[in-house]
Amino acid sequence: MGEARTEDRPVLTKLWPDARTALKGIVRDGMLLAIGGFGLCGIPEALILALRDTGARNLTIASNNAGVDDWGIGLLLKTRQVTKMISSYVGENLEFERQYLAGELEVEFCPQGTLAERMRAGGAGIPGFYTRSGVGTVIAEGKEHKEFDGVTYILERGIQADVALVKAWKADLHGNLIYRRTARNFNPHAAACGKITVAEAEIVVQPGELDPDEIHTPGIYVHRLVHHPHPEKRIEKRTTREE
Amino acid sequence: MAWTRHQMAARAACELQNGFYVNLGIGIPTLVANYIPSGMTVTLQSENGLLGMGPFPLEAEVDADLINAGKETVTFVPGASTFSSADSFAMIRGGHIDLAILGAMQVSERGDLANWMIPGKRVKGMGGAMDLVSGVRRVLVLMEHTTPDGGAKLLRTCSLPLTGTGVVHRVITDLCVLDIAPAGFEVMELATGVTREQVEQATDASLSYSDALR
Repeated sequence: MGEARTEDRPVLTKLWPDARTALKGIVRDGMLLAIGGFGLCGIPEALILALRDTGARNLTIASNNAGVDDWGIGLLLKTRQVTKMISSYVGENLEFERQYLAGELEVEFCPQGTLAERMRAGGAGIPGFYTRSGVGTVIAEGKEHKEFDGVTYILERGIQADVALVKAWKADLHGNLIYRRTARNFNPHAAACGKITVAEAEIVVQPGELDPDEIHTPGIYVHRLVHHPHPEKRIEKRTTREE
Repeated sequence: MAWTRHQMAARAACELQNGFYVNLGIGIPTLVANYIPSGMTVTLQSENGLLGMGPFPLEAEVDADLINAGKETVTFVPGASTFSSADSFAMIRGGHIDLAILGAMQVSERGDLANWMIPGKRVKGMGGAMDLVSGVRRVLVLMEHTTPDGGAKLLRTCSLPLTGTGVVHRVITDLCVLDIAPAGFEVMELATGVTREQVEQATDASLSYSDALR
């Protein structure tokens, strides 16, 4: 990185000692959180555990899935800290189903692409957008319909979260993030839509060590960073082939 | 003789063209990947953020960070790319995917599709199905012609909650290939040994037949 300037100046660092201290003072009852991940792939494991340990209640969580019974967001359902989920698919979680059928948990089902775009838009200062996804279905009920060039679209709202929790592969101290493989998924959009965004990363390096061309989420979106070198990375469906 | 699941998948593979970008749903559609004609390049998209999805990994290749939309561990083919969820659905919604092959619970003669929930049963959510059917250029449904107890799945009107309206172009079942034509279901092909009467009995809508079958 020959072009980076190296004169003496204080290094901006967003690194916090651990997930628990990183969430101190920013999580409150009744908040809306956006959490990255698809299934258990690319979820911020340490931050979800730390969120549970804050004891914050009546949370609304926008996340594509709701984890499984004993991992990911499922941990927060077990402790009854969540009153509403905004998700596209929740089929892997029996505790979720139990609370939902008992009327203890509200669910706003949102098509997957619409959910990603709602976070992206919220982070980009766009309060709403029109999409064809869901037109003519229960998802469209009560939403504004508008015709463009003979095609009907519905209005969906951007999401701005009070706090966003995301998982990266590599980060530098400025909060620049690089994701790995399909663990990227919703993480860049969750990061962008958080008024306060906390990221955990497997690898944390000095500013200048990441190639600027390879940054997925620029550090401007990330307010606090936690180093979590050995996440469990549970696999939901381990499928293999024979040689 | 009706088609087997594998024969249905092989028939669906005849819809592929060289250079196509294709999204395959869970169930029988997944089998289509095994029947891509040799010498044809078809790139598989997985809506969690992957173009160029390869087969399941060898045990030593398993990578928790590399999964498909069914949350199964997969591999890359050479030339694969990964991207965010918003980018993934931008290519879906933006009409860049040539073909989606999906399973279904019900399809109506107007091309309405129901494949995400049964009232009173477990609610799991629609995942990316609504975005796929409304965004992909061509939607092919691959499903058994009837329910396991013989109930019709091809109907005048869907009774289950919809995934999309007027979105299906073609249906391949174990009995036949049907198009959604302006006047309703048009049978394009019959499975070997299947009669018109069999198809009519298993369908709760009126049928027309393509010229080739007249």
